[in-house]
Order: sequence, then C-alpha cells, then structure tokens
Amino acid sequence: MSPDDIQRAVWRMAHEIIEHNHGLENVVLIGLQTGGVPLAGLLAEDLRQIDDIELPFGSLDVAFYRDDIGLRPILPEAVTDIPFDLSGKIVVLVDDVLFTGRTIRAALDALTDFGRPRSVQLAVMIDRGHRELPIRPDYVGKNLPTRRDEVVNVGPLGVELGETRK
Amino acid sequence: MRHLLSIADLGADGIEEILRLTDSFVEVSARNIPKVPVLRGKTVVSLFYEDSTRTRLSFEAAAKRLSADTMTFSVGTSSVKKGESVRDTLQTIEAMGVDAIVVRHGSAGVPVQVARWGTSAVINAGDGWHEHPTQALLDCYTIRQRLGSLAGRSIAIVGDIKHSRVARSDVLAFTALGAEVTLVAPPTLLPPSLDGWPVKVSHDLDAVLPTTDVAYLLRMQQERMTEALVPSLREYSTCYGMTSARADRLADTSLIMHPGPMNRGVEIAAEVADRPNATVVDQVRNGVPVRMAVLFLLLGSGSTLYDPVPDPATPDDETEHDEHGSAGA
Repeated sequence: MSPDDIQRAVWRMAHEIIEHNHGLENVVLIGLQTGGVPLAGLLAEDLRQIDDIELPFGSLDVAFYRDDIGLRPILPEAVTDIPFDLSGKIVVLVDDVLFTGRTIRAALDALTDFGRPRSVQLAVMIDRGHRELPIRPDYVGKNLPTRRDEVVNVGPLGVELGETRK
Repeated sequence: MRHLLSIADLGADGIEEILRLTDSFVEVSARNIPKVPVLRGKTVVSLFYEDSTRTRLSFEAAAKRLSADTMTFSVGTSSVKKGESVRDTLQTIEAMGVDAIVVRHGSAGVPVQVARWGTSAVINAGDGWHEHPTQALLDCYTIRQRLGSLAGRSIAIVGDIKHSRVARSDVLAFTALGAEVTLVAPPTLLPPSLDGWPVKVSHDLDAVLPTTDVAYLLRMQQERMTEALVPSLREYSTCYGMTSARADRLADTSLIMHPGPMNRGVEIAAEVADRPNATVVDQVRNGVPVRMAVLFLLLGSGSTLYDPVPDPATPDDETEHDEHGSAGA
C-alpha cells in the first residue's frame, strides 16, 4: 500500500465510522501505542473535515496488560493519555496491524480501568489474519494475507511486508 | 536485575532506567483506578526489623497497585521475639511461597545476606547506617521533576551524615547522575573517614546556601543525642537548621528536601516545611511509583540488564561504606 492508498483507506474508514454510529455523538478515538496513534490522528483529521467536529482523542499503552509481559520492553515514548471519562462513550480503538488479537484483548482490559464505555469498536489499517482470540475488526483498511512469520510494517512510506522473522 | 541492595549496583544507567519507568507508573497512579495487572499472582513480603511507617506503607501501596499480594512480617508480634534467627525466619517465609522480600534491618548487610540465603528477589528498605536505595531513587525523581535534571546541580546534604543511610544512598545516586554534592555538618556528625566519597565538605551552612540548588536536610536523630555529638538541639538548629532567614537566602527555584519524619523547629523551621519549594510531600507521593518501578523491574519485566547478585563464593565486597555501616543502629 502506498501513502496515498492509506489516505484513501482512512478517508473511507472515517465515513464508515460516521455511517455505523449515525453521526459522531459520544464517539471518542483511542490510538494504541505506538503504531495506532498516528493512524488515529489521521482518522481524527478526516472526521473533522467531514463533520466539522473535534473528537476527544487519547492514546493507550497496553504494556502493563499484556499476557506476555516481560517479553517486550516498556517503551519510553509509549504513554497512556486519556484525559476524559470513557463512561457512556463509543470508543473506537485504532491500531495499525491486527494479528493474533492479543494486543486488543489487553486493550479491552485496560479500557475497563478508565470507565465503562457504551461500546468499543476496532479500526485497523491492516488485518493480517492468524487470530488466536475471538476478536474481529469493525473497520479495516486492507485485508492482507500473510504468512505467520512475516512482518508487516505500517509507516509514513506506506505498508510493506518485511523480512521474515528468525 | 534480581535484587535491589545498593545504589552502587545500579550505576547511572540503572537509575535512569528506573526513573524512566517511574514516569509510566506516575501516569497509572493518576488514573481513576490506579491499578494494573502486572504482578498478578506474585507475593511481596515486607520483613521489617525496624519501625517504619512510610516506607512499609509505600511498598505495600506499590505492590497492591501492581496487583501483587502483600504480607507483612512485623517483628514486634512474631517469632523473632522468641529468638528465631533471620535465616530461619527467611526459610519459613520462603516456604510459604513468596516472590519478593522487602527487608529493613538495624544492621548493615542483612539484605545482602538474605539475598544470598534465599531464592526470592530482595529489596533493601534500609539497613543500618548503610543504604536506603529506594529513598535515593525517589529523591532523584523528585529533583528531576522539579528541576529537569541533576546534571551540574549543587546539592547540599545537611545534618547527621554519620548515622544516615539516606545520605549514603543519596550521595551515590546524586553523583552518578552528575550532581555536585556538598556535605554540611559539624565534624562530630560526619563519618570518621570520607576517603573515596565523591563529595565536598563544609561546616558552614551559610557559606554554602547561595550556590545551592537543593538543600537536603537530614533528620536530627534525637534518640542519638545521648552520644552528645552536638551540645544541644537548639545550638544545632541555630548553626545547621533551615530557619526562615536561611530559606529566604536560597534562590526561589532552589528546593528544600527532607526524607521525613521531620522535626519541625530542629533541622527545619515549621514554616519552611510548608513553603512551595519544600518537596517533603512530593517525595512521599513519588515514593509509590518509584517502588512500583523497582518491583516491576525485579518481578515483572524479566530484565537482565543489571544483576547485583552477591557471589556466594567471594567474601563481602569491600565497598567504602563497610567500615561505617557495619556497626548497626
């Protein structure tokens, strides 16, 4: 996917979010650290252009909720910043790549510590399959079939399939 | 990192790593539900042979916010009164299945011994006159929070250096992060030898004040007044206390720190302790996230960066503190 493709996918997902929720009332965006945050920023920007509304915007680091804690480093730049109560809100979680579903499982756990949202929806740029938990996205940029040992990079230069992991 | 026994084991990198992690736990502490499931299923025991309120509570709050289970072993109500040795007590506690032991003891070196004998992670919560590492870490965090950085800052540690484990840990931590430390005390309250300490010494607080970024006041340990190390508390207060007049001469941005518990009117004037540049309450507040970071590093993260496990094959490390620390309180 080229950067333009990403822009177009975000534009479409923004419309889908508005359509699905009959507007943007009570909708908040939460980007998952680290890949989901810039994507959530792009979504917020498009939603503002479409509906002229500034959505509450937060970031969430799920490191403390992972089931594989200790296997990954805690990144200094990954901060949780949710400056509003989530109770009664429609939370759209945003991440770059959906893979096993474990990150989203951890994110759902984390969200319950910030209030009781009315609903939680999931937007991802890439769904690469290989789910290990019963989790599915509501908004998908692109379904990208992958081998389990491939790496998917989403960055400012677009989406690439990376080197095979050792 | 398996144990936290001394600031010397951490080095600048280790201190930086803990302070960096602390930022994450400060954010957690500010949440409506300030609890994360990081240490679910782990058990943390506090084994305190000396009285302590704030340190023990702070460790327990930290463990609970990480979802660990906590147990308290307070010596006053336990089998130690019946003559049980530290080693036997340790064996008993570990047989119940624990993951970390927070140790405070009146004699220097007990946490090191506990680490050698046992299989759990050990955190030194104060041993004799030797060290109190988590206090130094929360002091560093508090200074960083207020002043941005410790590098190049002038820090005066004032008061009873001789009996202070806080001073020993602070000197190591502050200098590791690039601060210049001056010890200010009457000769009787300084350790017999300062060989190898990376510090300056002064006996005149008023001369040091104008260039001081942080004035760190130590508690005047009244229970030690029987040793007649100072003529009277009133004279000490006149010469070395942070009176209102002295506090006025500090720069507005300079900090006044104290590890608590304070003797208002002795080392710090009652009014000075409540000034905006006094950080006593901040220090206590930061203690919880700092200890969360330490517990997380020891039990949760699997970090193998720093490993100060004492080698059972070698005799005690000859650090510069041993001669002062071994006597115990």
